[in-house]
Amino acid sequence: MCVLPAFLLAGCNMVLLHPSGAVAAQQGHLIVASTVLMLLIVVPVIALTGIFAWRYRHSNSEATYAPDWDHSTQLELVIWAAPLLIIIALGALTWISSHTLDPYRPLRHVDASRSIPAAVKPLTIEVVALDWKWLFIYPEQGIAVVNEVAAPVDVPINFKITASSVMNSFFVPALAGQIYAMPGMQTQLNAVINRPGDYEGFSANYSGAGFSGMHFKFRGLSAAGFDEWVKSTRSAGRKLDNDNYLQLAKPSERDPIRRYSQVASGLYDAILSQCGPPCPN
Amino acid sequence: MSELTNNLTGRLTWDAIPFNEPILLWTFVAVALGGAAILAAITYFRGWGVLWRDWITSIDHKKIGIMYIILGLVMLLRGFSDALMMRAQQVLSFGDSVGFLPSHHYDQVFTAHGVIMIFFVAMPLVTGLMNFVVPLQIGARDVAFPFLNNFSFWMTAFGAGLVMMSLFVGEFARTGWLAYPPLSGIAYSPDVGVDYYIWSLQIAGVGTLLSGINLIATIVKMRAPGMSLMKMPIFTWTALCTNVLIVAAFPVLTAVLALLSLDRYAGTAFFTNDLGGNAMMYVNLIWIWGHPEVYILILPAFGVFSEVVSTFCGKRLFGYASMVYATVVITILSYLVWLHHFFTMGSGSSVNAFFGITTMIISIPTGAKIFNWLFTMYRGRIRFEIPMLWTVGFMITFVIGGMTGVLLAVPPADFALHNSLFLVAHFHNVIIGGVLFGMLAGINYWFPKAFGYKLDPFWGKCSFWLWLSGFWFAFMPLYVLGLMGVTRRLSHFDDPALRIWFEIAAFGAGLIFLGILAMLVQLVVSYRKRESLRDTTGDPWDGRTLEWSTSSPPPAYNFAFTPIVHDNDTWADMKKNGYVRPERGFIPIHMPKNTGAGFVIAALSAVGGFALIWHMWLIACVAFATMLIAVIVHTFNYKRDFHIPADEVLRVEGIRTRMMASHV
Repeated sequence: MCVLPAFLLAGCNMVLLHPSGAVAAQQGHLIVASTVLMLLIVVPVIALTGIFAWRYRHSNSEATYAPDWDHSTQLELVIWAAPLLIIIALGALTWISSHTLDPYRPLRHVDASRSIPAAVKPLTIEVVALDWKWLFIYPEQGIAVVNEVAAPVDVPINFKITASSVMNSFFVPALAGQIYAMPGMQTQLNAVINRPGDYEGFSANYSGAGFSGMHFKFRGLSAAGFDEWVKSTRSAGRKLDNDNYLQLAKPSERDPIRRYSQVASGLYDAILSQCGPPCPN
Repeated sequence: MSELTNNLTGRLTWDAIPFNEPILLWTFVAVALGGAAILAAITYFRGWGVLWRDWITSIDHKKIGIMYIILGLVMLLRGFSDALMMRAQQVLSFGDSVGFLPSHHYDQVFTAHGVIMIFFVAMPLVTGLMNFVVPLQIGARDVAFPFLNNFSFWMTAFGAGLVMMSLFVGEFARTGWLAYPPLSGIAYSPDVGVDYYIWSLQIAGVGTLLSGINLIATIVKMRAPGMSLMKMPIFTWTALCTNVLIVAAFPVLTAVLALLSLDRYAGTAFFTNDLGGNAMMYVNLIWIWGHPEVYILILPAFGVFSEVVSTFCGKRLFGYASMVYATVVITILSYLVWLHHFFTMGSGSSVNAFFGITTMIISIPTGAKIFNWLFTMYRGRIRFEIPMLWTVGFMITFVIGGMTGVLLAVPPADFALHNSLFLVAHFHNVIIGGVLFGMLAGINYWFPKAFGYKLDPFWGKCSFWLWLSGFWFAFMPLYVLGLMGVTRRLSHFDDPALRIWFEIAAFGAGLIFLGILAMLVQLVVSYRKRESLRDTTGDPWDGRTLEWSTSSPPPAYNFAFTPIVHDNDTWADMKKNGYVRPERGFIPIHMPKNTGAGFVIAALSAVGGFALIWHMWLIACVAFATMLIAVIVHTFNYKRDFHIPADEVLRVEGIRTRMMASHV
């Protein structure tokens, strides 16, 4: 009975519990810790339900029957206090983790054991959710890519996120928890990838007809690999100017990866302020 | 001329009828044939007069309660068909296969599933049970405003009718069940779908709000003498809290949908991307209604479990006072948690932590309730009749759903789990394992009171075990998929490793399908075996509250004499102290009179809603004007009450006396 689920679970990749980025890893630990904390009370309740249901069944005339027993101050104190204690512990955990894992807070550690070297500067990536694809702009590198995003391992990434038309949610489960991409608004996510590899990213908020195909690839690369990736993108020879952007922003589904070697200056801000683009300069 | 046609037919053309969608076309054919058969049968058995006089125009709270529950069960079949289609699509649509539902259709299906299950299944079931049970439990003869009650029901029913109509005329929203803008705005949803959504909810919402006011007035003003607040049955307490929540929360929904319709119809910019609109305002407002809504649904279910557990354990409810306080605390706290539905929209960490912690605090009174039920079972004599089976099934299932809910309230955990299938599993775990199990327990528990015979226990057990195991098979895989990072509302998948979990979930949905079938069989079998299942005493379960003191089904006036209350298990107390049923000395009873006004006004509002959906301005104006006239005409109806003569009461009570004597 229990063998089959166990076998199946062993075979599946629970990415939230075994991610490759430090933020997602802490979130995964938090899921496990909170669950264990609550099981302290849930397991006894389930067990007692089974035991009482069996012991006090109607046919068991040996069990005590106390039809008028309906109050016990001590017992009622316990049944209010037990959940209270669990919630105090969980509440403390919540308060602390909400602040330490605030997506807006710049990272202080590369992973559980290493803090960020002073020489390492965070990488800024501007993310735009379009109908129905993702546009990633690298302001420092001056490049842009559709449906693929890359970052060097162990370098903090600062995502600035917005959307062109409707709400989406930017989510790379292996990297960090999600945050919404909303038109006219900017959200932020600070994260770091610790293991090289290709990971799945997608929109986690329904956004219309093309939503199911709104995937992108997140690539964790070595420092050299990332430089190589930037260089190859720069050689793509296509420029993302206002006209190209307006063309790109039109609804389309399952778009291939598209690279732009240059990006019109101020494009992201124009999208964010919903004033076109093109914005009056 | 074309101006006139335009105002008459609006944007409705033959293109709106889905002739080229075989699923819809065949559904329509089936519904049309089935509907025609039912209409023919009613005509053949000369049922129209009875239907109109005894049901449609009835202001009897018992009949209105029954009609609400029938509405809820019928809509359950529709909402569940949507669920089966989604399960099938997600099993089939892998890799190169795109399944059988294009996104245009699939997106309507999951939107309709959510809207129907919450507004037109759970709400009618909850409102129906409260309507039927509350006046009986407090020793009243009807609700405070009987006409309003009939009107409320028909508004809900016509709201449901509009949703059903969207299947065959036009389309439903493709936005998800809460229709977040900008997606639901006119720029991204120019079709009629969102308008169907808005007007069906607005019309049904009026009904819900009015029935909330009605039941509060009933509970506050019409309790039998001696029934102080702390002597009210727990179900009535939960009904009171639920209706307070309804009255406080539903106007917010009405307002936010009104703003959205202004955006869509009048070109305002409350929630648009440009001109200073702010979609976040919609998200806040809709959840300020939406979170209390889930407590509106679950509190009466908690009430049912409290009544059931006490009755079938043959024992006073453990911790009555703490149960009441727990209910009230949940009522208040339910207004302080709405932001937990969008931790991922970039609030500050202190704000997120605050709302996370308030959410967790709700689990304390809820936990206390679970323990109260547990210690009611302790040292009881538990009879595992069908309602009690549902209750034990609930206790074991619901604690899991509660636990995953608290987990989702930890903001950093929610960043990973938000919108995932883990979330979908969580809320089905509490809504099926809590609300639906509660309503099915309640239906099995009070059915003999409503119809005079018990439901068949064999088919009831089949239904219970199929539902319970079906639920576990259908939703535990979704927890796993959520941890694998799978998000909701997808109609296609690439990773073949996910497929096995969707197959298990589909198997579970199949079991639930059989559970629903077993429930329908149970109704038919019970009707056929009604003589052997007959409840002659009015008290088939050895009940403890006032509704069991009257006959099954109760007479139109509920109680020949208003009972006097000394204890919170009133009927158990009366039985213990040798209560003797009065057999003479009756006096005429003052009762409200049936009226068709509620049905007519509600029908006109549905016509108006339909006209607004299709921009048929002329028809909308005419419908609105006619509705006003109907309301005014109704105010001149002075024949609103009558007296049941003492002789008639004597006759009815005499029948009961003979029935009880012949079955000793």
